[in-house]
Amino acid sequence: MNVATPPLASLAGLAGRNAGPQVASDSPVKIDAERLNFYYGQKRALDGISIQIRANLVTAFIGPSGCGKSTFLRTLNRMNDIIPGTRIEGTVLLDGENIYDPHLDVVALRRRVGMVFQKSNPFPKSIFENVAYGLRINGMARTKAELTDRVEESLRQAAIFDEVKDRLHESALALSGGQQQRLCIARALAIRPEILLMDEPASALDPIATQRIEELIYDLKKSYTIVIVTHNMQQAARVSDFTAFFWLGRLVEYDRTDRIFTAPAEKLTEDYVTGRCG
Amino acid sequence: MKAPRAGARHGADLAFRVLAMSTLVVALVTLGALVFDVLGDGLGRLNWQFLTSLASRRPEDAGIYHALAGTIWVIVLTAALALPLGVAAAVYLEEYGTNSRLARFIEINIANLAAVPSIIYGLLGLGVFVRFMSMGRSVMAGACTLALLALPVVILSTREALRTVPKSIREGSYALGATQWQTIWHQVLPMAFPGILTGLILSLSRAVGETAPLITIGALTYIPFAPDGVWSPFTVLPIQIFNWVSRPQAAFKENAAAGILVLMALLLTMNALAVFLRDRFQRQGRS
Amino acid sequence: MRPRRLERLIELALLLSAALSVLTTAGIILVLAVETFEFLREVPLFEFLTGTEWTPLFANPRFGVLPLIAGTVLVSAIAMAVAVPMGLLSAIYLSEYAPENLRRVVKPVLEVLAGVPTVVYGYFALMFVTPLLQRVFPQMSGFNALSPGIVMGIMILPLVSSLAEDAMRAVPRGLREGAYALGATRMQTALQVVVPAAFSGITAAFILAVSRAVGETMIVAIAAGQQPRLTANPFVPLETMTAYIVQVSLGDTPQGTLEYRTIFAVGMLLFLMTFALNLVSTWLRERFREEYA
Repeated sequence: MNVATPPLASLAGLAGRNAGPQVASDSPVKIDAERLNFYYGQKRALDGISIQIRANLVTAFIGPSGCGKSTFLRTLNRMNDIIPGTRIEGTVLLDGENIYDPHLDVVALRRRVGMVFQKSNPFPKSIFENVAYGLRINGMARTKAELTDRVEESLRQAAIFDEVKDRLHESALALSGGQQQRLCIARALAIRPEILLMDEPASALDPIATQRIEELIYDLKKSYTIVIVTHNMQQAARVSDFTAFFWLGRLVEYDRTDRIFTAPAEKLTEDYVTGRCG
Repeated sequence: MKAPRAGARHGADLAFRVLAMSTLVVALVTLGALVFDVLGDGLGRLNWQFLTSLASRRPEDAGIYHALAGTIWVIVLTAALALPLGVAAAVYLEEYGTNSRLARFIEINIANLAAVPSIIYGLLGLGVFVRFMSMGRSVMAGACTLALLALPVVILSTREALRTVPKSIREGSYALGATQWQTIWHQVLPMAFPGILTGLILSLSRAVGETAPLITIGALTYIPFAPDGVWSPFTVLPIQIFNWVSRPQAAFKENAAAGILVLMALLLTMNALAVFLRDRFQRQGRS
Repeated sequence: MRPRRLERLIELALLLSAALSVLTTAGIILVLAVETFEFLREVPLFEFLTGTEWTPLFANPRFGVLPLIAGTVLVSAIAMAVAVPMGLLSAIYLSEYAPENLRRVVKPVLEVLAGVPTVVYGYFALMFVTPLLQRVFPQMSGFNALSPGIVMGIMILPLVSSLAEDAMRAVPRGLREGAYALGATRMQTALQVVVPAAFSGITAAFILAVSRAVGETMIVAIAAGQQPRLTANPFVPLETMTAYIVQVSLGDTPQGTLEYRTIFAVGMLLFLMTFALNLVSTWLRERFREEYA
């Protein structure tokens, strides 16, 4: 891929803050992170991350292993709280509210910001119970009928209902890898989050299963804001509207996907997407 | 210093190996002797009358029923006490308290308690349950004492079972907005349950054989009836065996041997149950 | 926030369950100390610890505890004389020689040995071992220290074996391989490299075994007798600290009397002895773990 240095590179080359020129201001900002630093003990894993993630779009985080993209993803639903010895500085605003406010209810936050993990982790229960779990603990279904409806709705949203409708009460562990991952997506969607965080959701899957997940993401974007971490650049190019490139804990560039992959502002970004480094 | 010739060295090596192996043989032979001795002495006495009679001053009339009933009463109650307390303590240490100084202090206490002689627990039970809490020499006092004795083992095996639950399951639960307790109650404990149950049964099978603490809290050696409630006096299998062994008449020694066979059968059943449950749950979890 | 309050309460309940262990320790110390204190008000500590006659239930009572201690020490010493060499040899064999499938057979057998109730061992000592030994030593009486000592040794053997084996297996392979590379036989490597390297772990195992022997009750209660005697003769009846507590508990000694309090005084002594042994054993094990962690 031959990339000519764009004439407006110098303007667009502000690392971090602004998400590039004339972004469709149709999409409101859903998540606004400002000067985020994150530490595992003494080691700084994230350095001054500032980014605005827009609603009802797919944003991809790319970068080499260990660059901090997964760590940053996990700060968005405070999953890093579970790890002892971590520390965070800066703010992350969700619809204007700082999610790191000490009075904030983390449980309520995680209802709004759902997560799908790299290795699918269905509970060792039935397919039905997997999806129903989130509904039960959050008190979201008052009657058995309502519960069943919601479970079916989520399984359909994850495009897996037809495959499992006859065996809802069988163990989820009997499903294939790709099916398990779609089940985990259904499980996450059941509680109707506003945002879905996906940490390399297809990395453990074969190409066909991967394609199904990617199609799913495209469909889901109408109703959800999606942030996806991927090490597969082609996937990022296929699936996302915006792409953020991370390198060694810093946000190097953040822009519309087509610009990142055809005319990136930073040399480092260009080197990465052309495969010259990382 | 001249090194011994290769042949001599290997000769010494072989001799040593034989010596070491013979240790194990001696242990095995002793076990065999024990089993055969007890079988020889007691098998003849073991019959339906023995199993269903109560204690008696006459050896031919005496039976094991009351002691067996007492054992079952005490063990069931001990399990009912030790399981929730032990699991709760283990959950705290494993899931909540990691690395706090209080947790470390508690862990040290538990480790120490595991090595305290069981008769000391009897003295504790005597002072606290029988006298101070006025439970008297009851099934309840015995069960409380044995529960304290069993607790360190239950806690240890529960902690190990909790550790086998993968982190990914916990993370999946938290990501759905579950609290720590919801995650533990709905996901972690159910998954750890087989291990917890196995640990409980094994610790109970040790408690079944405990004699000294129960004698100390006043389980009677001559009590001609089965317990009729948790506040009733009682005796247990090993105490009845001890009572019979302590009598000079040969006929009582036969009773003791037969009682031992019943005790061993009970233990065998409990251990087999533990193994069976563990295998069954392991197969169920896998798919 | 209601859910958060509930979470806090649950955590508190769990903490209390865990703290029960601390309460138990405190309870043990308290119960023993209170009664021992009352006991020492009537019997001077010096007489208790140095007197050579123990006859608290007689008309003219004597409260010198040395005979009981001597009984405990003699039986434990015999038990250790059996368990230590056999346990160590067994551990060396399992750790350095035995192929995997042999281990898989032997270890459950050892576990069975450890799991036999002590009452059964007591029966075995009295009814089988004592008559057997009497054929070799006709001067041995029906109640003695040798028979329960030997049987106790067999009972403790699995403990020594498994702890010593753990210690030896913790020794890094590199040390063994260095020795083999120099042409050492397995025995030489085991005895001259592995055992010394695992020394503190093995010693910790021995000390824990002593603690176990000292605290053992039923085997001696059945087979050793009830005659407190300050002696080193393994062929005569004697009484250990633990057997004494059982003897009194079986009787009708009323609460609050001096005789009743003797079991707590003896119990306190027993507790302090085993506690000290356990402490040393744990300290040694920690040191060992630091070397090889």
